[in-house]
Amino acid sequence: MVSLSPNKPVTVVNTHLGRKPYSHFMFKTDTALFLNRRHVLVAACAASFLGASGLAMAADEAPEAFIQRITNDTLNTIKADKALRNGDIAKIMQLVDTQLMPHVNFRRMTALATGPAWRKATPEQQKRLQEEFKVLLVRTYSGALSQITDQVVVVKPLRAGQDDKNLVVNTEVRGKGDPIQLDYRLEKTPGQGSGWMIFDLNVLGVWLIENYRNQFTKEINAGGIDALIASLAARNKSNAKPA
Amino acid sequence: MIAWTKRMALLASLLVLQGCATVQTADARDPWESMNRSVFQFNEVVDTAAIKPAAQLYVKVLPSFVRTGVGNFFGNLGDIWSMANSALQLKGQATVETFMRINVNTFLGLGGLLDVATEMRLEKRKEDFGQTLGYWGVKPGPFVVLPLLGPSTLRDTLALPLDMQGDASQRFSDEATRNALTVTRVLDIRSGLLQTVDVVKAASLDPYSFVRDAYLQKRRNDIHDGNPPSNFDYGDGESEPK
Repeated sequence: MVSLSPNKPVTVVNTHLGRKPYSHFMFKTDTALFLNRRHVLVAACAASFLGASGLAMAADEAPEAFIQRITNDTLNTIKADKALRNGDIAKIMQLVDTQLMPHVNFRRMTALATGPAWRKATPEQQKRLQEEFKVLLVRTYSGALSQITDQVVVVKPLRAGQDDKNLVVNTEVRGKGDPIQLDYRLEKTPGQGSGWMIFDLNVLGVWLIENYRNQFTKEINAGGIDALIASLAARNKSNAKPA
Repeated sequence: MIAWTKRMALLASLLVLQGCATVQTADARDPWESMNRSVFQFNEVVDTAAIKPAAQLYVKVLPSFVRTGVGNFFGNLGDIWSMANSALQLKGQATVETFMRINVNTFLGLGGLLDVATEMRLEKRKEDFGQTLGYWGVKPGPFVVLPLLGPSTLRDTLALPLDMQGDASQRFSDEATRNALTVTRVLDIRSGLLQTVDVVKAASLDPYSFVRDAYLQKRRNDIHDGNPPSNFDYGDGESEPK
């Protein structure tokens, strides 16, 4: 079972292409469709051969393979769809909800950004806070989608001695100009989703949750959870206006 | 130039006095918050009035390959100081690779206009003297917003004169050339940040603390070459932070 983990076919395909450093996790995006087809084909053959279900295989996925898979899937979707690159918010939101949110523990992200006040918030407040925070983040990063052309995501080898409950996967987005550091903080969630959930994101060396904690705390100190929700909603409203 | 520096110093001290009038709840890393906020605002005004429009014009007037060439040119000059600092941090491989970068880009890349080295997988590693001090254990000290130059820390500010000395673009004997290079460099840097600054404004509830927290995180990240030990409490995996 272990030998059938989905990163195996990837390794095989890349060896064909003869890439050396990082080749295990590297996709050149113009060949990504081809690789994906091969990948799916090999995986499907293996699955039918042993009668293993796709879900059981996914649960065995290594964290690097998990990140490589979802980032490639997302990159390919964006490259194939001009509306996404042009910043069509409704479509981007749909992409986030269908392709990313199943892999993100967003409740935990929002709770950590909020800090101790989260426990005192009512379920209704927690729900609204998550919604507004999500819109803020999606709007923030949607502008970057227009920059996507021929980038490649390289997943770096996992640092040894990490805890399953709090594990960092380092990646690098390579394209024109300097490479962009993009790291993910994962927790193992056996039997749930793909077996891993993302709960923090690092762009260019800045962890997202840590960077919101102070701002959230400031709003909460000034007027409680409701003030924070109101500020987020106001920010989202002004961001929605075309510049 | 000297008169201008004096005027800036006067302006800075005025801002300090003005800043002291307001009282703020302090973040331990930012004891000079009220002064910093004033300088931050001042920088905003200057940026909106002059630097940002100039950078927008720069993008509009010059085709992208020219701007890339300009960026590469400064990047190549900057690599020299990065190499020196890699060496000061005893990073053998980085020092050698940056040395190769400079040679490849200077001789094969038309004096640095083309970044051939990156194509050859010679990774660019930016190092400055503030990072070198951090590497050897010097703490960042209080957060500082410098007039025009933006976010810094006391350590990085003290390292700045040396970084300026090490900047190869300031090694030309002709003052006019040096000034022209400085102006071009500012335009190069700011034009590369046009989107980023807009994103920061859209993403933040309080741009000042957003920029401060991001800067402090980024510097720790750079000093630890991308993997700083986490000093944020993620709790025990439950949704409820303590």
